[in-house]
Amino acid sequence: MRIPAIPARIFKSVRFLFVMTILLGIVYPAVVTGIAQLIFPDKANGSLIVLDGKVRGSSLLAQRFDSPQFFHPRPSATDYTYIGAGASNQGPISAALVKTVEDRQVTWERSYGSLAPEEMLYASGSGLDPDISVDAALAQVNTVAKARGLSDYSRRALVAAINEQARASKGLIGVVRINVMKLNTLLETDPEYRGTVTRQ
Amino acid sequence: MNSSDIAQLAIVGISACILAPFLGSYMERVYAGKPHPLAFLGRFERFIYKVTGIDPHEQMNWKQYTVSLLEFSFISIAVLFLILVGQGFLPFNPQKYPGLAWDLALNTAISFVTNTNWQAYSGEASLSYLAQAAGLAVQNFLSAAAGMAVAVAIVRGIARGTDSREGLGNFWADMTRSVLYILLPLSLILAIALVSQGVVQSISGYVPTLSFEGKNGLIPLGPAASQIAIKHLGTNGGGFFGPNSAFPFENPTPLSNILEMLAQILIPFAFPFLFGAMVKDKKQGYMLFMVMFVLLSIAVWGSLTSELRWGTLEGKEYRFGKAGSALFSVLTTITSCGAVNAMHDSLSPLSGMIAMFDIMIGEVIFGGVGSGLYGMLALVIVAVFIAGLMVGRSPEYLGKKIEAREMQLSMIAIIIPNFLILVLSAVAISLSAGRAGIANSGPHGLSEILYAYSSGAGNNGSAFGGLAANSVFYNLTVGLAMLLGRFGVMVPMLGVGGSLAAKKRVPQGSGTLRTNTLTFGVFLFFVIIIVAGLTHFPALTLGPILEHFLMLQGVKL
Amino acid sequence: MSTSDKSKKKGYSFTKDMLFSALGSAFRKLDPRIEAKNPVMFIVWVGTVLCTVISVVGIIQGTNASSWSFELQIIIWLWFTLIFANFAESAAEVQGKARANSLRAMRDTVVARKIGANGTIVKIPSSKLRKGDNVVCEAGDIIPGDGEVVEGVASVDESAITGESAPVIREAGGDRSGVTGGTRVLSDRIVIRITADPGAGFVDKMIAMVENATRQKTPSEIALSILLSSLSIIFLLAVTTLYPFSSFIAAESKAPNILSIIELTSLLVCLIPTTIGSLQSAIGISGVSRLMQKNVMALSGRAIEAAGDIDTLLLDKTGTITYGNRRAVEIIPVSGIDERELAAAALGASLADETPEGKSIVYFIRENYDDIQIDNQGIFVPFSASTRMSGIDRVGADGAADPLRSVRKGAFSAVQEYVLSLGGNLPKDVDGICERIAIKGGTPLVVSVGVHILGVIHLKDVVKEGIKERFARLRAMGIKTVMITGDNRLTAQAIAAESGVSDFIPEAKPETKLDAIRKAQTEGHLVGMIGDGTNDAPALAQADLGIAMASGTQTAREAGNMVDFDNDPTKVIDVVEVGKQLLITRGSLTTFSIANDVAKYFAILPAVFSGFYAGKSALSGPLEALNIMHLATSHSAILSAVIFNALIIIALVPLALRGVKYSPSHGATGILRRNLLLYGLGGIIAPFVGIKLIDMLLVAIGFA
Repeated sequence: MRIPAIPARIFKSVRFLFVMTILLGIVYPAVVTGIAQLIFPDKANGSLIVLDGKVRGSSLLAQRFDSPQFFHPRPSATDYTYIGAGASNQGPISAALVKTVEDRQVTWERSYGSLAPEEMLYASGSGLDPDISVDAALAQVNTVAKARGLSDYSRRALVAAINEQARASKGLIGVVRINVMKLNTLLETDPEYRGTVTRQ
Repeated sequence: MNSSDIAQLAIVGISACILAPFLGSYMERVYAGKPHPLAFLGRFERFIYKVTGIDPHEQMNWKQYTVSLLEFSFISIAVLFLILVGQGFLPFNPQKYPGLAWDLALNTAISFVTNTNWQAYSGEASLSYLAQAAGLAVQNFLSAAAGMAVAVAIVRGIARGTDSREGLGNFWADMTRSVLYILLPLSLILAIALVSQGVVQSISGYVPTLSFEGKNGLIPLGPAASQIAIKHLGTNGGGFFGPNSAFPFENPTPLSNILEMLAQILIPFAFPFLFGAMVKDKKQGYMLFMVMFVLLSIAVWGSLTSELRWGTLEGKEYRFGKAGSALFSVLTTITSCGAVNAMHDSLSPLSGMIAMFDIMIGEVIFGGVGSGLYGMLALVIVAVFIAGLMVGRSPEYLGKKIEAREMQLSMIAIIIPNFLILVLSAVAISLSAGRAGIANSGPHGLSEILYAYSSGAGNNGSAFGGLAANSVFYNLTVGLAMLLGRFGVMVPMLGVGGSLAAKKRVPQGSGTLRTNTLTFGVFLFFVIIIVAGLTHFPALTLGPILEHFLMLQGVKL
Repeated sequence: MSTSDKSKKKGYSFTKDMLFSALGSAFRKLDPRIEAKNPVMFIVWVGTVLCTVISVVGIIQGTNASSWSFELQIIIWLWFTLIFANFAESAAEVQGKARANSLRAMRDTVVARKIGANGTIVKIPSSKLRKGDNVVCEAGDIIPGDGEVVEGVASVDESAITGESAPVIREAGGDRSGVTGGTRVLSDRIVIRITADPGAGFVDKMIAMVENATRQKTPSEIALSILLSSLSIIFLLAVTTLYPFSSFIAAESKAPNILSIIELTSLLVCLIPTTIGSLQSAIGISGVSRLMQKNVMALSGRAIEAAGDIDTLLLDKTGTITYGNRRAVEIIPVSGIDERELAAAALGASLADETPEGKSIVYFIRENYDDIQIDNQGIFVPFSASTRMSGIDRVGADGAADPLRSVRKGAFSAVQEYVLSLGGNLPKDVDGICERIAIKGGTPLVVSVGVHILGVIHLKDVVKEGIKERFARLRAMGIKTVMITGDNRLTAQAIAAESGVSDFIPEAKPETKLDAIRKAQTEGHLVGMIGDGTNDAPALAQADLGIAMASGTQTAREAGNMVDFDNDPTKVIDVVEVGKQLLITRGSLTTFSIANDVAKYFAILPAVFSGFYAGKSALSGPLEALNIMHLATSHSAILSAVIFNALIIIALVPLALRGVKYSPSHGATGILRRNLLLYGLGGIIAPFVGIKLIDMLLVAIGFA
């Protein structure tokens, strides 16, 4: 069978695509990766939280916390899964959303005995939002301290640490916020907050 | 709005307005082949021409230009389709993901080649690094470059002098220059800046973790920053990760959020200035910019007002807040970028409607890179025609007569996206295959479908994400919308460029309609609003507007 | 000319007969084959027929018992919409025809003296003349048609045709026998054989033009049709897709889908640009008839549009910028002669001179030397082509002419010959005076008494009164005026400065005009020119707007694309204005039509959708909030919008026929601003007011 000659123009398109793929699909990401790994190795590799040589998560990605010994992040519509994370995509007048929010309010009140800050009632967009408001963090302090058996001094130090993080997050732009993952890492690494808890 | 919201708005707006004129005049030099700061890359440019057999000085007429564009685009779709279907057999696939189903692969291939980046898949859950970097990211560059090249070619046609023997330029040279001197350098800078904020850039496999509470997990990584940079700069919008710019690895801080917003409006902001420089009448560029900017400001104001008053944090990231999310939702929809940092499905009804209307209006409020300019020019021609009649001259734009052919082609470019949005939405809502994808009941369900086809036909790519779009029905119909929404505008507008190029330039006199004046700008503004508004207001009435009034009555569905 | 004054007074008029004729035609145009020519109105026609059939079937089957009166009213108004639209076109056609007829009547009144079979002279209208007829013309007569001199010799003023201000001699036999209709015999008597059926061809063409105007679309009309059709397609899409959308919402809200075909059709008819769609051809036809009102006939609709576009206008100096005939401006005595003596002689020599030059001399002397006695004793010697002099012979005591006292005036060479023949001699300076006058572009006329030359009369081209203002107006319109003249540069410059023309081309040869037009066109200009002579024909054909004088040669008239029956070169301003008005009216009504839609949405959409999510107790649902006009009921709202849509067509017919006002004083941007406020903003506001008023009226009379 005779293979028909490829028209020169089509061949030109293919050649152009090929050259561009080498440049943009291989050289460009390789250069960016090289520079990134050289200058910001920690960030380029996912801002990982490594405790005792083990990767316990990323400070940018929330994870599921059920225990009162930890600060809890915002609700996740996809149960804090890393892969396939997402949102509820419920519309603004969704009755199901109203029901979920009411349930979350009840749960929060049961745990922390107050009205929940707004972000703790609504699921985040990524399902992995690591940030909460200062109010939401402070509301959880007593419960965490109690579960960890912290002294009153340590509890106050924890409040101070939260306020310090809040101050640090404040700038010209951006919301004042507390990173739950960093706060919980602090709980696990600083003996001050270790309390009576043993790390898993 | 608190002070940080205002600061964020001001930083994005002011820096874009300052940078755009410089970028615009730089781009003019690049496309005209004049000396410019990055000209030292010329050796590399010539090398590309040499190995690909391109003669950059070969002038193309509008038909040759169109044929090159279409051939290259369809070959790109075919190659990308093959990569996506065959990724299981290809390297750089640490998670051993299998190939995509044919309909999803076709949809995705069309999506990236048409600069839409509609994503019926979730990147980190289904694509190999090779498919992302060598498949999708490459098309992020090339589809953006194609849009820019086409816009430049059309403007050359308008600006061309009477006795010039030039054509509309050379497609391959315009593509190469767009990539080499504009998109690539900016992407490189932005990618590194994003990594500094925490965006990942790695080629090692996903990282196994043990959570604080002892559960096993797998943290996705990948060459994200390099792809995210062009995703914004090229107004593509396709996320490396499923939740797009809401995902902390894709958009980790308020500063990265600002950088991404700035990146997606930067080149579209520069295009009106490029236009002014090319037609040698800077005021023409300012006028187009002002019309676009006023439309943008109204959209931002409306969206912020609605979101701050009626919005919740559902589907939003705490670090961006309501204002940062609403602003992003407007900037991503006016520019046909389509990246999202909050779920549009959960926006307040009017903010969701503004996002949708930004797309429905056509790529005119800055629009995609390049596509925003020629999208706008279609409406400018309509406005020039009516206004030209109103001053008592048979209408002309920049000295070229606007006659039946230009009117016909411009109206085709305007009708096609509107036809796709309305007819495909009507088909989807009438068929059970279409209704099956709806996630929310009541008017919001209609909004999800309207948004999907608006996003496809408008080459935006964002979504009311609740819609289950990965079905054969949606993959094919949205694929059709993207394909026709792209080339159904590009080709007729190239025709307009070709037709105007062949026309004699009529000298300006005191009886000539001035198209660089405030009066004309105001008229153009109303033509855009009224044409788009009249077309889509009925459907929007039954979607977000009905939902808004239901919300005010306290109704929950 | 008096006719243009008359036409101004005539204005926009409509008699009862015309009204009935237009109405009848409006009904005949409901024929779908005719409606299909206008895509916008054809959509209305299809919708109306569909609604009528559905409603009638409903009434017969009794399925629309609750809504039949509403349906019937909607259907009636939809039919009215169609008839009103047709009426607009018919009215324009009827008016155009009336104009053509009146123009024909005007041509009838030119009187020709035809030589009958037995040699008697019969006075008949020139339009009754046929090829081969012989007519007599004497000094002062206008030649009634193109023809050939068969008897006699005469001086003829052809300045209107050739651009030459000097009279030309036309005589039987030889190659100077051709005369052109509209030229004036200045002296003597000739017999002319008519060589063309005059006028008839043009009047026929005119009537055809009116009747065919609907079928000849100009480029911008075609582009506008594409725009209107495209908008109609968009609205068709928006309205038809609304049905599945509302079905879905109806199902979701557990309400019946209240959207009926009648309501959808009403919405569609209100949204598509019916206003401009129905008035479009009326605007085009009225442009033709408005030109006719000004005694200008356009040979194509395209020419009228080109008239609005021209930015360069080529004008002959003579007859256009200056009076075709030269006028006395100065008398210069030779040395040793008193100025008053010369004045008295010049007056005497001109008293019997009926030529415009002669009259201008009398006028000049009487104005400037009012104490000079008129001495008209003697025998008048009229100007004749053979002597090229005129004057008066003083009579001596014997009653015979006394050559030594006879007064003569004429060309230098003729008077010189005459004086020398009487044995006189020439003053030294007369030659120099004549030369100086000639250099300034004037014409010297030498005056003699007996054997003495007393001095020279300076005849000069005089710029027409008001021409400066007209050029200023043209400049404001964005039109550059270029004067073409055979004069030398200095003279041309002087006249250019005096008349306010933008530019001039001196020392022009016949082919200069064509070259000038070609040059301007390659620079992208659209050029208009006015011409009449045969040598103007190529230039008239080349120009984008070529206005031929009806008095011009047949060749010229055929080369141009417009003919001016008043032979008034400044008429071009009116022509340009009509051309511009035509475009402005189209643009403004398009804007108005589209702007109207905003209010119609706020009338109809809440009306058809208010049932959704209405709940059990409430009568209307959340979308009632969009009923910002507070229209009474959903039926009254829809009906009001449809009625407004129909009535606005009728209301705008006079505007379409008269044209939107054009005032160039504010430049293009100023005109745009004015029309946007009037027709754009007005177009948004007017229907809000109109629909609300109709709604209140409907409620008051219990129709809804």
